[in-house]
Amino acid sequence: MDGAALLDEIRARFGAAVVETHDHRGDHTAVVERAALRDVLAFCRDSGALAFDVLMDLTAVDYSRFPGREDGPRFEVVYHLYSIAHNHRVRLKVRVEEDDATVPTAVPLWPIANWFEREVWDMFGIRFDGHPDLRRLLMYEEFVGHPLRKDYPINRRQPLIGPAH
Amino acid sequence: MATTEPRATTRREFLLGEGSGTGAAAGQEAMHLGMGPQHPAMHGIIRIVTELDGETITGADVEIGYLHRAFEKDCEVGGWNNAIPYTDRLNYVSPLINNFGYANAVEKLLGIEVTERCKYIRTIMSEISRICDHLTCVGATAMELGAFTVFLYMIKAREFLWELVEAVTGARLTISYGRVGGVKADLPDGFADQTRKAFEETRVVLAEVHRLLTGNRIFMDRMIGVGMLSREETIAYSITGPLLRAVGVAYDVRRAQPHWAYDRVEWEVATQKDGDNYARYLVRMAEMEQSMRIAEQALAGIPSGPVNVDHEGRPIDPAMYVDQGKQGKTEGLLLVPITLSPNLQGQGRDAQKRVNVGDKRVVLPPKENAYGSIEGLMNHFMLIMEGYGIRPAPGEAYFATEGANGELGFYVVSDGGDRPYRVRCRPPCLPPLAALHRMIVGEMVADLIPTFGSVNMIGGELDR
Repeated sequence: MDGAALLDEIRARFGAAVVETHDHRGDHTAVVERAALRDVLAFCRDSGALAFDVLMDLTAVDYSRFPGREDGPRFEVVYHLYSIAHNHRVRLKVRVEEDDATVPTAVPLWPIANWFEREVWDMFGIRFDGHPDLRRLLMYEEFVGHPLRKDYPINRRQPLIGPAH
Repeated sequence: MATTEPRATTRREFLLGEGSGTGAAAGQEAMHLGMGPQHPAMHGIIRIVTELDGETITGADVEIGYLHRAFEKDCEVGGWNNAIPYTDRLNYVSPLINNFGYANAVEKLLGIEVTERCKYIRTIMSEISRICDHLTCVGATAMELGAFTVFLYMIKAREFLWELVEAVTGARLTISYGRVGGVKADLPDGFADQTRKAFEETRVVLAEVHRLLTGNRIFMDRMIGVGMLSREETIAYSITGPLLRAVGVAYDVRRAQPHWAYDRVEWEVATQKDGDNYARYLVRMAEMEQSMRIAEQALAGIPSGPVNVDHEGRPIDPAMYVDQGKQGKTEGLLLVPITLSPNLQGQGRDAQKRVNVGDKRVVLPPKENAYGSIEGLMNHFMLIMEGYGIRPAPGEAYFATEGANGELGFYVVSDGGDRPYRVRCRPPCLPPLAALHRMIVGEMVADLIPTFGSVNMIGGELDR
């Protein structure tokens, strides 16, 4: 199925929950409402025509310094899905505000989401609702802040390298 | 503790009648054993806390992050090309693939395509890197099982290939050879011959290793049925690369979404069915042969461009030109339309045209132009000055290539400025590590070592 048809399929099923779609540089992308995210992901995985069986990547982007988007929702959580059977890809995104940075977890659908979501929590401070074990993945537990946020200065040093006491 | 339910009978239990220990269920306390990060087999950067019942692993928690260097954050600080040296340090056993993967993601964002010759160079160098990576992985795994000879043989073969890498890039490990819009320099003269010789040597080593390992009772006993992961779980954990092909899924980015010259050469995707360590070993061994096939065909089919010739039409080496000039043999030399390379990088004006896109917004001009003409100088500064440089239109792109460990993806976001707004690397060896507890729970503690070896954890790309 080509990318445009994929997006049509998702739009036909979820209607207004699909905020916008684009295919910049051939990457077909749908931005969906957070409330519908879980259903969209499940639909993408289980629908026979889509059959996205691989959650290839899960990451986030902090848009707080992006020209023209400073006042919009701060974060975008980005899902890259791939289907082995059909050899097609799609990118799903969900926008969240800084003071309500929570997204439903994808762990029940794909176990790999466990580590990907831990990394996003670690780097961006976005919580995943229903995650079984939301610990930091790359940084240590005593680390303060979330380094990939745009307001985290690159040269900040933190002295803690082990247990605090 | 990510404990999981005990699995159904393992292949070893079924075939060899091995038990799975006794105790913990009957109210006895399980023993916790921490391995790493200062454990030699953990490469100094992984900590696995195992829960043991006798010698059987009943639970495991894998901790990563000891080699985190803020790769993604650092990329946001400099220009688009400034990230290239950082990508060397992702998978440092096959750094060329990272270079090209990142450069191609940015090219996709810019909407440009590299020259034909550059595509072939990227294909050839990626495949040489892949062989280096597999040699290291198989060699190290064998060494951890006591087969030190195999390790030495394979490192010997890797040495031949690293000499090729050195001839092309000038370095062995931190090569920084890829560029947005092309590569740093053209292939050196005689590279095809050099490669043919190196591959001959590598094939000898591979045949030796096949004789030493493939039918070796000890090796088979340690590898067969160990570290198994089912097809369904492998897919659910987003595992790609040799581990996915070892469960019978023929997914390879080079075949599924062909880029560079992969659709113009004949090769096969190596697969196995069983999904154990032995299957992964066989997949890697077969892939090295396929990589050599790809590189050989690409070298045979690489489109040529103009080469330096002397005034009688004979090819002339720039170094010879200089030497003759030094000796005073300047007669006729002025007539030679040769282009020297003032930056000593082997990248003269003609070579630049062959391997780099013609887009002046992206690729630095050859040094002859930068030093010799005002347009070249302006072009150079427009790309180097802060606030100018490469400026893709606002947008995002994801480009995947087949790294040695699986799908290596780069997701790049531009805000229209001269530095990346966000660079995300999809590390191919993170998913296998996330699934490692599924491979080792239920096995003996000594089997952790070959299983950990067979997932080919590379700290640089895992922790970024």
